[in-house]
Amino acid sequence: MSAPLLSLEDLSVQFHGNRKASALNQVNLELGAGEVLALLGESGSGKSVTLRTLLRLHPASRTKIQGSIRVEGQDVLAMKGRDLELYRGGTVSMVFQEPGLAFDPVYTIGQQITESILAHGEKDVGKAKAQALEMLEKVQIPQAKRRFDAYPHELSGGMRQRAMIALALACKPRLLLADEPTTALDATVQIQILLLLRELQRETGMSVIFVTHDIGAAVEVADRVAVMYAGRIVEEGPVSRIVNNPCHPYTVGLLASTVGPEHRGKPLQAIPGAPPDLANLPGGCSFAPRCSRASAQCSSQVPPLVSGSGGRLACWNPVSQLENQ
Amino acid sequence: MIAYILKRLLYAVPIALSVTVISFVLVFLAPGDPLNAIAPADAPEEVITALKSAYGLDKPVPVQYGLWLWRALQGDLGTSIASGRAVAGEVMSAVGNTFLLAGLAAGVGVTLGCILGALAGYRSGGWIDRFASTLSVIGVSIPHYWLGLVLTIVFSIWLGWFPAMGAGPGGSEAWEWNWEHFRYLILPALTMAVIPLGIITRTVRALVADMLEQEFVVALRARGLSGRAVFQHIAKNTAPTVLAVAGLQIGYLMGGSILVETVFAWPGTGFLLNTAIFQRDIPLLQGTLLVLCLIFVVLNLLVDILQPLIDPRMGR
Ligand SMILES: Nc1ncnc2c1ncn2[C@@H]1O[C@H](COP(=O)(O)OP(=O)(O)OP(=O)(O)O)[C@@H](O)[C@H]1O
Ligand SMILES: [Mg+2]
Repeated sequence: MSAPLLSLEDLSVQFHGNRKASALNQVNLELGAGEVLALLGESGSGKSVTLRTLLRLHPASRTKIQGSIRVEGQDVLAMKGRDLELYRGGTVSMVFQEPGLAFDPVYTIGQQITESILAHGEKDVGKAKAQALEMLEKVQIPQAKRRFDAYPHELSGGMRQRAMIALALACKPRLLLADEPTTALDATVQIQILLLLRELQRETGMSVIFVTHDIGAAVEVADRVAVMYAGRIVEEGPVSRIVNNPCHPYTVGLLASTVGPEHRGKPLQAIPGAPPDLANLPGGCSFAPRCSRASAQCSSQVPPLVSGSGGRLACWNPVSQLENQ
Repeated sequence: MIAYILKRLLYAVPIALSVTVISFVLVFLAPGDPLNAIAPADAPEEVITALKSAYGLDKPVPVQYGLWLWRALQGDLGTSIASGRAVAGEVMSAVGNTFLLAGLAAGVGVTLGCILGALAGYRSGGWIDRFASTLSVIGVSIPHYWLGLVLTIVFSIWLGWFPAMGAGPGGSEAWEWNWEHFRYLILPALTMAVIPLGIITRTVRALVADMLEQEFVVALRARGLSGRAVFQHIAKNTAPTVLAVAGLQIGYLMGGSILVETVFAWPGTGFLLNTAIFQRDIPLLQGTLLVLCLIFVVLNLLVDILQPLIDPRMGR
């Protein structure tokens, strides 16, 4: 792989507002051009924070960010003013979980997409509008011309998410961040949106980071999976390896706690206990208090994320060894 | 949209009718006899009866109301007992003066309130925010006749910058568009601007601070929009609520300026009401009340019609 499109080095994020939290702890991650990565993890593990930090969306006054984010060689944390504006939505853009909340309710869909295109360098309003309409057609919104002049509340959830995708892709980003893009939708619509995303990814060759709780969806669209726990990446590797041969006890628990055809007839298992308090993390491995394989070392030393042939793993007592893959 | 406007207009009719009933009946609930104001205390019985029938006060109240409403619909609000002039004319010139005063006060209060509220909302927790909330608490709780007196003492007695009372040089009551007349407007308008300033600041601050936490504002930033463009979105989203609150405030200013107008002897509706009450001038009182209430109804109607024009989620 040549220079990666995205690389995170020791990225840490702390919130010090009313709610204090170490939401990300030394995250290291690389993503190549055209790669699709699924981020898995329980609620509160820091998936959304990771994506929002990539776009620098957290209020600066209440957030401390350490480490580095590089996209196409540019230092994202050092960006200012117009550079940052062009980067947001231009180089990297985002599809939000709730399309109903992520559109401005008092502007039409068409106005919002057009505005975004104009903000990224297009000067001609007519051309921007034509481009916006083209995007709506590209995401297969029927009667795109009519939907162009519709307000967000006049569309169904699925149509709104399509429009959101059109908006996110309007400026041809190199990296798309999708934060649970289908969670708010009906099951049938979920599949359509996933297929659409995959199709658009193949067509444009962009990279995608895709947050989901649905392992089936991850298998469907992703090349690689990274599993997060308490603001750390605990395991990462190709989809098939993670699904068939999970090494980290947390990944094993996460896979066992989701419904899938391979689990038919077996009891569904929940991981016992609850995620740790991010305001004061335990000294060693954050998962140790909930882990059946935990040893004395686990609760005193943070396991490093080590690379092997099957990806990366941070665990003192893995279920199976990474090298054996 | 047309249907919506028609519906709103139709709703306004029963409201306006009840307003006429209330303006008319309220006066009869107050103690005291209007004839005391015109007839000498020792007037003979025949004189009183004659006066009563001249003003229609001898008929039963519902009949009086019917007659009054019928004439009012034709623009005739009767004759002032105290001055003997047509009530309609007196009320209209007072309404003109109050419009000026309330207009300037509302303009200043709403504009400053929006600016200050937006700044405070953007910098919530900062010093501008603390300054703005202190100011809005003062604005809402300070008695404004008292503020009027303080401003008079400072700016007209000590500094001599602005006149203390009246509406124009030489006691003139007719407004003209020049500095000489405008000087008279400044102190009362400032005094009256303080309440809408406080309320609008508080409203806008709350709306903006809340809006900034909303997912769609984060999403606007994520699209690479500039701070100015994001602000336009916030402004358009807050406008309907601000409009409703401002409309209500302007309504209050139109009618609620009795104390300020009296302190500054500004010949507006509040001053007129005050005069009518003290002179027990029933036709004048009824006419003024009626016009003020109708103005309130019309303002609310305007807000109702304008709101859905700005906010696509409402009405239609
Ligand atoms: N602005 C903030 N201030 C303080 N804490 C925050 C803030 N944003 C997120 N957090 C905390 O950071 C942690 C990680 O949150 P995040 O939203 O990334 O979780 P997630 O993995 O996306 O979970 P979910 O699956 O529920 O979306 C949570 O404990 C959350 O409370
Ligand atoms: Mg999330």
